[in-house]
Amino acid sequence: MFAPIEDLYRLAPELVLCTFGILVMLAEPFVPRKRSGLVAFLALLGAGAALAATRLSWAHPGTAFYGLVRVDDFSIFLHFVVGAVAVLVILGSRDYLEREGLHRGEFYALVLFATAGMGVMVSAQELVTAFIGLEISSISSYILASFRRNVPKSNESAMKYFLLGSFATSFFLYGVALVYGATGTTLLSRMDSASGNPTLLRLGLGMIFIGLAFKVASAPFQLWTPDVYEGAPTPVTALLSSGPKAAAFALLLRIFDTVFAASQLWVWAIWVSAALTMFAGNLAALVQSNVKRMLAYSSIAHAGYILVAFAARNEIGTAAVLFYLVAYALMKLGAFTMVTHLGGEGERRLEINDYAGLGSQQPAAAAFLTLYLFSLLGLPVTAGFLGKFYIFNAALKSHLVWLAVLLAINTVISAYYYLRVIVVMYMREPQKEWAATPIPRAVGLVLVLTAAGTLYLGLFPNYLMEFATQSAVLPR
Amino acid sequence: MSLELVLFFVLAAMAIGGAVSLILQRHPIHSALSLIVVMVALAGLYLLLGAEFIAAVQIIVYAGAIMVLFVFVIMLLNAGVEARTNVSRMARYVGLPLGFFLTVELAYWIAGGAGRQAPVSAGPTPTRELARMLFREFVFPFELTSILILIAILGAVVLAKKET
Amino acid sequence: MIPTSHYLFLSLALFTIGVIGVLTRRNVIIILMSIELILNAVNINLVAFSRMFGNVNGQIFAIFVITDAAAEAAVGLGIIIAFFRNRPTVLADEMDILKW
Repeated sequence: MFAPIEDLYRLAPELVLCTFGILVMLAEPFVPRKRSGLVAFLALLGAGAALAATRLSWAHPGTAFYGLVRVDDFSIFLHFVVGAVAVLVILGSRDYLEREGLHRGEFYALVLFATAGMGVMVSAQELVTAFIGLEISSISSYILASFRRNVPKSNESAMKYFLLGSFATSFFLYGVALVYGATGTTLLSRMDSASGNPTLLRLGLGMIFIGLAFKVASAPFQLWTPDVYEGAPTPVTALLSSGPKAAAFALLLRIFDTVFAASQLWVWAIWVSAALTMFAGNLAALVQSNVKRMLAYSSIAHAGYILVAFAARNEIGTAAVLFYLVAYALMKLGAFTMVTHLGGEGERRLEINDYAGLGSQQPAAAAFLTLYLFSLLGLPVTAGFLGKFYIFNAALKSHLVWLAVLLAINTVISAYYYLRVIVVMYMREPQKEWAATPIPRAVGLVLVLTAAGTLYLGLFPNYLMEFATQSAVLPR
Repeated sequence: MSLELVLFFVLAAMAIGGAVSLILQRHPIHSALSLIVVMVALAGLYLLLGAEFIAAVQIIVYAGAIMVLFVFVIMLLNAGVEARTNVSRMARYVGLPLGFFLTVELAYWIAGGAGRQAPVSAGPTPTRELARMLFREFVFPFELTSILILIAILGAVVLAKKET
Repeated sequence: MIPTSHYLFLSLALFTIGVIGVLTRRNVIIILMSIELILNAVNINLVAFSRMFGNVNGQIFAIFVITDAAAEAAVGLGIIIAFFRNRPTVLADEMDILKW
């Protein structure tokens, strides 16, 4: 009655993540305060081991546990993405937690559990399993967002995140219940063959779409994003803007590609949502003075770009989504890590004007930030440029000329606010003296890795793009 | 009208009455008590549907554990009475139109008779079947929920623990 | 036997009431209870459909929903307590440090 050993191989990344999550919690009380780096190291080891485990499970494609989860190139690709995000977030958060006096093992355990949840989401073949994965990642995120317990702003952002997040989850659930009512099954692969009630099925899929649209912060369900991103601890913001978003997009893609009814129904919804999301993000970002808030709106805009590729509804589009998720995770993680470091104790320096004179006083930091901003804007030689190029290409292949035009217009709009930060950094005289804190080693490593990744993908995208194209073929 | 139908309407009326009362009450403790009424009424409905196990879980977990937690927190915070109720901005822009649209479409569908299929009577012991499914076909999500609960415990401790 | 559509209507009513509660109330504890109400509406649907199809998948799903509701309530109330420590209010309107 035990599961075959093959099934365990297929679940290796989640098993490793959960085991290390529990180990971190167990180790925490035994590690003296002064040596708290050990706990962080253990967590880092866990995230790294999860990447290795992903490599292991790659060799065992197929479905596991009565068809509830499936290991294929698509799920492996996203496992690598969320695993790498976990590694970078853990690396980047240790010094932050020390600085803010928040250092507790639970933080890392939650990051590992959240990553396990995302792993389940990207390989789920069935809606109950997907739902549990979604909840594991969401609930961990709520707790992480409220980790700065003594800061009212952080409490408030966690509260909003929690209330709107669980509201969205309840929509998702109602949708799943209706889909089950229409087809009698929660297995994605069986939904089309079941002689169901088409209206009910469409309605349920529509509500699932709404629930997931909340999670990826696409318009008109993006209102929570700026508040949550601004109030959460910055390393958590970095996590929220990359990992869970990638996982939610993956789940959307999976449903979209497996259930024929969904692909018919969602096309227009995605078209409209993509257009709205791009404008909502970019126009609001223009008037922001807080860097975190500006980056939050920019991440809404990027969700819109990804939806454009989504709307293309072909394999090039799916590959473009996957490539962009990687590029986007790299540049957003880098940017938020830099913001974390520059924020200083208590996250005080977060206004764009605080960055005046950074170019002359901390040239290295300014150079890194400039690179990320260029990539977010989509200038050549960066990952962001090629990501946008692939999306553009996919949209044109599907004759979505208007959407491609809107994407181009939005890129131009976004130039204003990205370049403004760079202008402030290099052209403006500093208002107050920077107490230049040296960049800690772990943070430096994150910066170097993300910057190198951004440049590498900008110059040599072929390897990743091939992998993405190969992963874009979803078995039905 | 059969006894079953009478029971259904009584329980449904209780549930809806409780739900309306939940969102109309000004004091959270009254809302919590209304929610308990809803939960108990729903447990009765689950019995009518032949889902004994869900009915029991509904009472034990929902009415027993979750609501006790709510009442406890309300007492702890001693949360006061709301001054007035108005529609938040979120609601005005997105929620209400959306809710309206969904309600109309759902009601249209149900009224259209699509759900009127004659119910199939389940086997004699659905609880046995439930257990079999839960520990075989659905063992993976079942094990995953243990992680979910672990996170919830962790979260409650992290969030509510006294400063050291 | 009671037709399934009766249960669906009841579920729809509870869902709508819950949504209205979330959107109109200002007390976060009541908002949280309204979300619980929506989850209950989901469960009625699931159990009713489960009987309609004569399989227990719906009931299994309902068990998972209840578990999730418990986890969500625990974390949500924890967040409310943490919030209350710093600023003694539970009204969503007064959460105005961020712009909302």
